[in-house]
Amino acid sequence: MANLDIKLKVDASGLSCPLPILKATQGIKTVESGQLIEVLATDPGSVKDFDAWSKATGNAMVEQDAADGKFRFVLRRK
Amino acid sequence: MTAAAAADKPKKLVIICYSGELEKTWATMILASTAGAMDMETTVFVTFWGLQTFVKDKKRITGENWMQKMMSFMQRPGASHRKLSKMNFMGMGPWMMFQLAKKYNVAKPKDLLEMAQAVGVTFLPCQMTMDMFGLKREDLIDGMGEPVGAATALQLMTEADSTLFI
Repeated sequence: MANLDIKLKVDASGLSCPLPILKATQGIKTVESGQLIEVLATDPGSVKDFDAWSKATGNAMVEQDAADGKFRFVLRRK
Repeated sequence: MTAAAAADKPKKLVIICYSGELEKTWATMILASTAGAMDMETTVFVTFWGLQTFVKDKKRITGENWMQKMMSFMQRPGASHRKLSKMNFMGMGPWMMFQLAKKYNVAKPKDLLEMAQAVGVTFLPCQMTMDMFGLKREDLIDGMGEPVGAATALQLMTEADSTLFI
């Protein structure tokens, strides 16, 4: 985890669908291709949603974990 | 076409936004904004009651003749003034929906509309509806496409990967 060079953190905690996806989209557009963003969310649906979003957009899921109802996604801009 | 090229080709979504009730407007805005965020080439054809949602919020009375004016008076246009089809109770229903949305951090239709526009979703007003309701381009929100008709909507639908009528 420590070796990841995260360019931007997007905190979507507490936000309901589809806001975590929309915030991540806004965020990832501000970094360069190949750079990483980290998204935090508490919406349980976001686990499947980020997977679908990643597949649809080509922004790769680099890391994903969950703990205590919090979800973390690290995504690389296509 | 190679498989890689096919995968890179953006998926196309067309939504026919026909209804003007709050619950259906909400569904349209959620799907349109998310589709845009998923890099889908998204077009929303806005017609009949749906077009009322795209009148600027601050407009109160629209139209040229008394019937058009009366229609806008009876149901206030604008994305922030949608009514529920059931349990509207003189605005009490929508008020409660917005309170719940706030409590659970759910974006309102108007916010989602702005986000959809920011991610490149195209909203096309129906020319015939504009004429029938006496709506002018300046009555509608900024950033909408050129007014078009049913033939354009159908052509877009036949080329789309997915279509919705809401």
